[in-house]
Amino acid sequence: MNEHNFTVIDDGRISQVAATVDRARLRLSPAALRTALGWEVKPQGLCKDDRCMPADGLPDLVTAEGIDLAQFAQLLSRPIAMDTEERVAYLGVAAAERAAQLISLEAPDFRLPDLHGALHSLSDYGGKKVLLVAYASW
Amino acid sequence: MPVWQELHNELKDYGFTVITVALDKSAEEARPFIEAAAPTHPSLIDTEHLLADLYGIVNVPTVLWIDEHRQIVRPNDVAFGSETFKDLTGIDSTPHLQALRTWVKSGERPLGDADVRRLQAVPTAEEQMARAEFALAWYLHRQGKPAAAERHFVRAGALAPHDFTIRRGSLPIRGLDPMGPAFAEMYTEWAQAGNPFYHPLPVGKPS
Repeated sequence: MNEHNFTVIDDGRISQVAATVDRARLRLSPAALRTALGWEVKPQGLCKDDRCMPADGLPDLVTAEGIDLAQFAQLLSRPIAMDTEERVAYLGVAAAERAAQLISLEAPDFRLPDLHGALHSLSDYGGKKVLLVAYASW
Repeated sequence: MPVWQELHNELKDYGFTVITVALDKSAEEARPFIEAAAPTHPSLIDTEHLLADLYGIVNVPTVLWIDEHRQIVRPNDVAFGSETFKDLTGIDSTPHLQALRTWVKSGERPLGDADVRRLQAVPTAEEQMARAEFALAWYLHRQGKPAAAERHFVRAGALAPHDFTIRRGSLPIRGLDPMGPAFAEMYTEWAQAGNPFYHPLPVGKPS
């Protein structure tokens, strides 16, 4: 088991942290978990802001060697893609979170550039009816 | 595209705007389309497919209606701005466009909130896993690691075999022809599965 510099991407937010890699298992120290993902290890489980998730069901999640990133993703039902060779992990957004947003009917906001690099948000066009069209050249 | 610009012009005085978003690997891919349309509406570029993730979009063209209060009033649906592709797709653009004109001018909505909720394209855990693999692949590609990226593009496609934004949309990034054999293979699988996500929603109230 060796300690390496690892890139952890939290829904687009990139952090470089130290991690131990043991075959396909990746473990972060509590400090690295806080830096990369904003979660803390507490007696009641893993916590972020005022939300805590008990870790009882996942005995290998938190050990003396650190927090298992794949089990962390499992705890939060978040998708995780990992490349241990290139030392990068990407945590996406849980299907349930996307579903809850869509079922609320509130259109999720976004901020994207035009051809000239100017950024536009959906919320810039509040007060208008919008036809949102996704297309592609392919 | 010119057809959306025409629609924007026709309806912009009714408190309406079109927003187009190109799910392309770079602004350069989208540039010819945007320059041909000379849009006066926002015409955006989404290289990371953020919109696909937020709205559960799996193919293009996809349209959504969003009202003055930022509420989704017609979910994610396949719709064309003209009859150009009607013979190819079997999808008639007219009913959607007529319903859109009615909504913009009179506020009359084709679907109630309960119908919109029921018809939303809600992502599955597997589809979100595919999006994470796609995002990792894109990151690796940008880092100059095409071989590593390829592993994850392939995995993303296996997790979401009928998602065009992932499986076809990644072909140009991978240096493959989006009209070539890799697309033909995907298309055959998709057609055999019954053209998932390519059935226009009801324009009127579903019975």
